[in-house]
Amino acid sequence: MTAADLRLAANASNARGSVDMTHGAGGRAMADLIRDVFHKHLANDYLAQGNDGALLGSVSGRLVMAADSHVISPLFFPGGDIGALSVHGTVNDVAMMGARPLWLSASFIIEEGFPLADLERIVVSMALAARQAGVPVVTGDTKVVEKGKGDGVFISTTGVGVLSEATDIGGGNARPGDAIIVSGTMGDHGIAILSKREHLDFETEILSDTQPLNDLVAAMLAAVPGIRVLRDPTRGGLSATLNEIAHQSKVGMVIRETAVPVNPEVAAACELLGLDPLNVANEGKLIAICGADDAATLLAAMRSHPKGLDAALIGEVVADEHALVTMRTRLGGMRVVDWIAGEQLPRIC
Amino acid sequence: MKYVDEYRDRDLARTVAAAIAAEADPDRSYHFMEFCGGHTHAIFRYGVQDLMPENVHFVHGPGCPVCVLPVARLDDAVELAERYGVILCTYGDMMRVPGTKQRSLIRAKADGADVRMVYSTADALRIARENPDRQVVFFAIGFETTTPPTAVALKTAEAEKLGNFSVFCNHVLTPSAISHILESPEVRDLGIVKIDGFLGPSHVSSVIGSQPYEFFAEEFQKPVVIAGFEPLDVMQSVLMLIRQVNDGRCEVENEYTRVVTEEGNVKAQTLVSEVFELRKSFDWRGLGTVPYSALRIRDRFAKFDAEKQFELSVKASREVKSCECPSILRGVKKPTDCKLFGTVCTPQSPVGSCMVSSEGACAAYWTYGRFRDQQPSKLEAAE
Repeated sequence: MTAADLRLAANASNARGSVDMTHGAGGRAMADLIRDVFHKHLANDYLAQGNDGALLGSVSGRLVMAADSHVISPLFFPGGDIGALSVHGTVNDVAMMGARPLWLSASFIIEEGFPLADLERIVVSMALAARQAGVPVVTGDTKVVEKGKGDGVFISTTGVGVLSEATDIGGGNARPGDAIIVSGTMGDHGIAILSKREHLDFETEILSDTQPLNDLVAAMLAAVPGIRVLRDPTRGGLSATLNEIAHQSKVGMVIRETAVPVNPEVAAACELLGLDPLNVANEGKLIAICGADDAATLLAAMRSHPKGLDAALIGEVVADEHALVTMRTRLGGMRVVDWIAGEQLPRIC
Repeated sequence: MKYVDEYRDRDLARTVAAAIAAEADPDRSYHFMEFCGGHTHAIFRYGVQDLMPENVHFVHGPGCPVCVLPVARLDDAVELAERYGVILCTYGDMMRVPGTKQRSLIRAKADGADVRMVYSTADALRIARENPDRQVVFFAIGFETTTPPTAVALKTAEAEKLGNFSVFCNHVLTPSAISHILESPEVRDLGIVKIDGFLGPSHVSSVIGSQPYEFFAEEFQKPVVIAGFEPLDVMQSVLMLIRQVNDGRCEVENEYTRVVTEEGNVKAQTLVSEVFELRKSFDWRGLGTVPYSALRIRDRFAKFDAEKQFELSVKASREVKSCECPSILRGVKKPTDCKLFGTVCTPQSPVGSCMVSSEGACAAYWTYGRFRDQQPSKLEAAE
């Protein structure tokens, strides 16, 4: 989403007042809310059907479905908000299967007292994100919970996509000798969120990388149809995602610290807080694993796409019954790259 | 990143590693204890051990403030949050430390206690201002590095007449702990740890200076090199220690000259002495009772002292007996010597404090270094 889009989203709402229990009670207030906020901004032929579900029609190919729930704090953060994130998260989950996302559903759980203006701003942002991804929100649901029983807004989205018969992508497909590639810098989203949530004022504003990756994935698959693994390193960051894949595929991985792209601002923030950028969440980046012979082709395809300009080959898959992910450090030593234990916590001194 | 990347430069590291290899006497071994958890973390995170000759060993010391906090004090903090219903503010690492019966602050939070992670004492003060009808307690832990900010918080609370803010003070002192490692009777019970020299604390020394270690170096005849937390700092300090050992010298040298001076930060020291005074004794997790090793809040600030404002009743705290944290904190044993390590005790479900804090020896070894036992061939594979 561009800065102009964000401003548009911020200024879009003229709504006044706040959500109350009547907005979820099934009566006129709820119908008005759906018409004036959700349908108004998310408008498409499927929603216009006005039924309890959307009639989607037939598709050719295998179907992929993914679900994602969004409970982020703060709801609005540098570079995005929960509305855009709820679209990107699910679009990307479908895309990481190698599928072309077709439709989304969106369910809102709204806390009583939530400002209508903020709700509309979120829906406008969601609509922009859906339009940019080319994936319409075709059905939805709204519930209102009593004050104190929610945290503003929770959004749950489900995505359906279609996968060609030839595509075989999955976390269990990595093989020794394969190349490990990332699409760009690591840690931007997590640090952007942290900076706002914890009132940490950095000298430069770090923006979330939240964005849909279905177009990048399409370009990658066109160049290298035999990509073995795709995954977006969201919560837990690069380290958690590589460990997941290593365990699924029963292989080890060796990456090089100097090859992993990290924005200098993010690196500085991590230094300050004692965090490891490899553990920090991303919302608009992906990891790809492909055969070594395909690596150069895939990298070239990624770097020729606007969302893969900083794509980098960061390491190799190796045979290892312990499924350890290790890293050659910038100093020249070796270390394990582990899952973080629970939430990443700052060091004391 | 300027002023950081320079201290992680691979070419420089090779140069220093070559110097260490050239000067380390192959006919002897060198055991250097890094007191600070920050050094332990740096050694593992950057794989510094890989650049050392085989006869140079790191011994991981007790310098992690999370690891050395005794269970009883943690149980007290849980009681503050649960029984008195205060907003308990704490640094992040403390959240998961298991107390008696594995009860931690994060468990207390899940059960409804109001425990909040803060990044600074200023955050705790802000929470107190924003919640005038609630008592807010800052759970203060740490060595000399984190003590001045706590002193600032107490003075700010006094100046603002904050009636709902207090500090549960658990600040501890480095020099007395280092002495205790070498001279306490428990060392003989737990086993003798071979130490040829110390990598002295860096952030701590930026406050207290290098001077406090001079008595120690002379009395115990152990060289000390004040070392920065960057990996090249650690390597350069090892080289300086090797030179001292080879020369038979036992001096305090300062590798971290860009931050540490002989006298330290006098302004911070004055502030700390204005607000705190020595405790006659304090229990350390793993080290037992160490005389004059901790601080308490002076009477002038009694109304901001949680120990005086709340009646803390925890009496029977218990550690898991089979946990080897006490021996590991002293450097007598390695993490892998503990039968709980990597089985029932992992960062996901820590039994001992050394596995909780990212600065703890067990957590550092598990998180960054466990491949050394499992896959000796991995290094070659990655070359």
